[in-house]
Amino acid sequence: MENVVEAQKSLREVKTRGEFLERFFKLSLGFWALFAGLLFPILAGVILLYEARLAIEKFGFIHFLTYTNWDPVQEDFGAATMIFGTVVSTFLSMLIAAPVAIGIAIFITELAPNWFKPIVSTAVELLAAIPSIIYGLWGFFILTPIMATKVEPWLQDKLGDIPLIGKLFQGAPTGVDVLNTSLVLSIMIIPFMASVVRDAFNMVPPIMKESAYGLGATKWEVIRQVVIPYTASGIAGGLILSAGRALGETMAVTFLAGNNPQIPRSLLEPFTTITVALANQFTEADTDVYLSALYYAGLLLYLVSFAMLGIAKFMVLRLEKRWKV
Amino acid sequence: MSKKVRRKLFSNFMLFLSFITSAYGIFWLFWILGSLFINGFKYLSPELIYLDPTPPGQEGGGLRPAFVGHLIITSLATLIGVPIGIMAGIYFAEYGRNSKFFMTIRQITDIMVSTPSILMGAVVYAVLVKPVGHFNGFSGAVALALLMLPVIAITTDEMLKLVPKEMREAAYALGAYKWQVIKNVVMRAAKVGIMTGVILGVARIAGETAPLLFTSFNNNVLTFDLRDPMASLTVTMFNYVMGPYHYWHQQAWAAAFILTMGVLLLSIIARVLLHRNLLEPLFYIVRSITGKKGG
Amino acid sequence: MKKVLLATAVFSGAALALEITGAGSTFVYPIMSKWAFEYNKATGNKVNYQSIGSGGGIRQAINRTVDFGATDGPLTPEEIERHKLLQFPVVIGADVITYNVPEIGKTVLNLDQKAVCDIYMGKITKWNDPYLQQLNPNVKLPDRPIVVVHRSDGSGTTWIFTNWLSKVCPEWKEKVGYGTSVKWPVGVGAKGNEGVTNYVKRSQGGIGYVEYIYAKQNNLPTARIKNREGNFVEPNVRTMQEAAKNAKWDKSKHFYEVLTDQPGKDAYPITGATFVLLPKDQPERAKKAATFFKWAFEKGDKYAEELQYIPMPENVKKLVFEYWKEHGIAP
Repeated sequence: MENVVEAQKSLREVKTRGEFLERFFKLSLGFWALFAGLLFPILAGVILLYEARLAIEKFGFIHFLTYTNWDPVQEDFGAATMIFGTVVSTFLSMLIAAPVAIGIAIFITELAPNWFKPIVSTAVELLAAIPSIIYGLWGFFILTPIMATKVEPWLQDKLGDIPLIGKLFQGAPTGVDVLNTSLVLSIMIIPFMASVVRDAFNMVPPIMKESAYGLGATKWEVIRQVVIPYTASGIAGGLILSAGRALGETMAVTFLAGNNPQIPRSLLEPFTTITVALANQFTEADTDVYLSALYYAGLLLYLVSFAMLGIAKFMVLRLEKRWKV
Repeated sequence: MSKKVRRKLFSNFMLFLSFITSAYGIFWLFWILGSLFINGFKYLSPELIYLDPTPPGQEGGGLRPAFVGHLIITSLATLIGVPIGIMAGIYFAEYGRNSKFFMTIRQITDIMVSTPSILMGAVVYAVLVKPVGHFNGFSGAVALALLMLPVIAITTDEMLKLVPKEMREAAYALGAYKWQVIKNVVMRAAKVGIMTGVILGVARIAGETAPLLFTSFNNNVLTFDLRDPMASLTVTMFNYVMGPYHYWHQQAWAAAFILTMGVLLLSIIARVLLHRNLLEPLFYIVRSITGKKGG
Repeated sequence: MKKVLLATAVFSGAALALEITGAGSTFVYPIMSKWAFEYNKATGNKVNYQSIGSGGGIRQAINRTVDFGATDGPLTPEEIERHKLLQFPVVIGADVITYNVPEIGKTVLNLDQKAVCDIYMGKITKWNDPYLQQLNPNVKLPDRPIVVVHRSDGSGTTWIFTNWLSKVCPEWKEKVGYGTSVKWPVGVGAKGNEGVTNYVKRSQGGIGYVEYIYAKQNNLPTARIKNREGNFVEPNVRTMQEAAKNAKWDKSKHFYEVLTDQPGKDAYPITGATFVLLPKDQPERAKKAATFFKWAFEKGDKYAEELQYIPMPENVKKLVFEYWKEHGIAP
């Protein structure tokens, strides 16, 4: 009889202890989940905002966005040049990377024999794993001299005299400019873009492709008229995701951009971006307004990148929802 | 030429183009890795690791403070970021799946994975450097941990989702509490996957430079004290590449080689852990050499 | 914070080695780093100096994030008082104009004030510009674009260079002015003296301003600059000393002195000194740093001369020692 009572008591103890641990577990795990996805992003934004308040008060919003003068001596700051640089280099790198990434995704999903697929996939992922400072180092030591002495003069020679396009190729070919930076940036984002597009392609239900084949379509026609339209929002999402990443790229751009605090008038001129300005000037901003202006630019970058990544995510999710069974 | 043949030709042409793009991508990979091998290997020497740097212009010296500092900062960042990331990931996978709120939180975490890393440095500077009064290694580790956190959380979530629900149901049927199911069943099953996520997270932060630029900053002198500014491989490489001295460039190449090999090795290990069938061809060869049948 | 400092001071007293942190000028980096290296060999004390540019040195000194800051653009007495700092000069050097024009190799060019001004304003864009050619009649200058290189960070080297330009070129003074950071009309920005040297070395047609030893260590030519008296003067230890001869070092003005465009027929016009900033309100830290600089003043002259810097004259060193004593930080 006692055994039963004792057994029941110990069972109750185990139960209460178990329930307590259950709640404790849930709360602590939940807290960290909340931290990772809500508290931390908001806190980061608030801190950036707080540090930027001096500059926001002094320069306002529209003015800061459109004023091209970044003058530490006069303490007069406008972020237009670095915003321009960020936008242009991101846009150009996307332009170069997008067809390549889509091509790689097509190759992996449609063309490559099964034994070759993992090799190409691995190669592309290795590209993604290389740290960005290595891209900067390699770009600066190896690619820039080639661009400066062979490629850019050749481009200037061939295209410099064409009426409109020629204007894009003026200036001393130093290799430290918009063109080279965008090229290296594009190489950096190809792997990410390719894997997003490939995942999107893999989501197309085989039956759709098979029915097209059944009607006599060629492989390319299936890709162009079945796969791509159905994954369109996924591809667009992938593009925007990669753009969001390229926006925040610092090290490679710092090595190759040339730190010119002015809007470049050609592809062969040096420029600057928000990340480059932060990297170079943060430890030396010798007045509070200067540092605050840098934080202001950083805050803008944070918000824009967050928004872009959010939109991209939304588009990719829409694709997943459509096709997940 | 019939329309059918024309269409087929065009299709083959476009597919050929896609092959070209893949070759284009692989071309860059080989060029970059090749340059790293050739230039980095050439200047590798054991002195790099146990000598301190010399004054500028004076040849020789090594990168001891940078190697040690990098190891310390990366390890500490892992110690901070991994447990938090795993805990967050467990919640997303096991508790939060039915809650729209938490699924949104999870998406936001995924967005944080791709946030500009330099901004993390700026945030940590305001919190851990300015109030303290000087740059310190600890703030560098925290900045890296904050970068690692979303990565680990997302990969943990993904790996746990792969565990079949039958396993969980079996454990519940035996009367287990949820935390027991997670601790003893699900985590064990996803062990390898989570390990992979951790390795990938470490590989990612080991290569970071920007967040360290104004948190741990730099130091010419070897130090183990986290309250001091600390050197790191990446920041040192940054300074050396931008400098004029040839021996600085050589040391930067060697450091770049070591860093990249380390990061790539980690990535490959992670991949192999995930897709163990990648090693099958290797095992097959080994088996056929040793003559063992049906391994 | 004060408690931590006190504890550190006690520990440093009790422990064997001092640890001193400094940051700032890249102009002075080669000799500062050499001093730190030799000082460590001689005494075991560690000096961690980061060359982040004078702008950074000033900021760190003001924020008390380092024990000492170094800047080649001196702070005015009013700024020193306002930020509760102490300032004294440690060594003298010069900004040289260096360039990389493959067609002429190491040929030394003559440049006058207007030439440098117009190049940096973007008015002269090619090496074979007639104005440059007539300054150098014996050199066949090529038809190559000039790649102007300047600093992207807050720099004392820039301060010295633009201070000279403002003195000798009214348009520069009006449109750009001088300081550690200015709004450059044209050119590529590089980080530190190291970066400018690097860029000039790697750009065909590049021109930049750097501290003398950087050009020498990297085998880059240094231009002869026309000075106040109208002579084209080559930068070297003697011409730098000529420029520094007339300096008035006044400890009641916290040694504020500018050495650009000095009189003297052999004076090199773009000479300057590096100044160290110490926290007046943190005497333990200031004293730590002063210990290092006392050693540098007493034992470091030969290293400075090896690296083509001018050590401070003996009478100035005496003034600095008195200055330290007056402010209670004599080591």
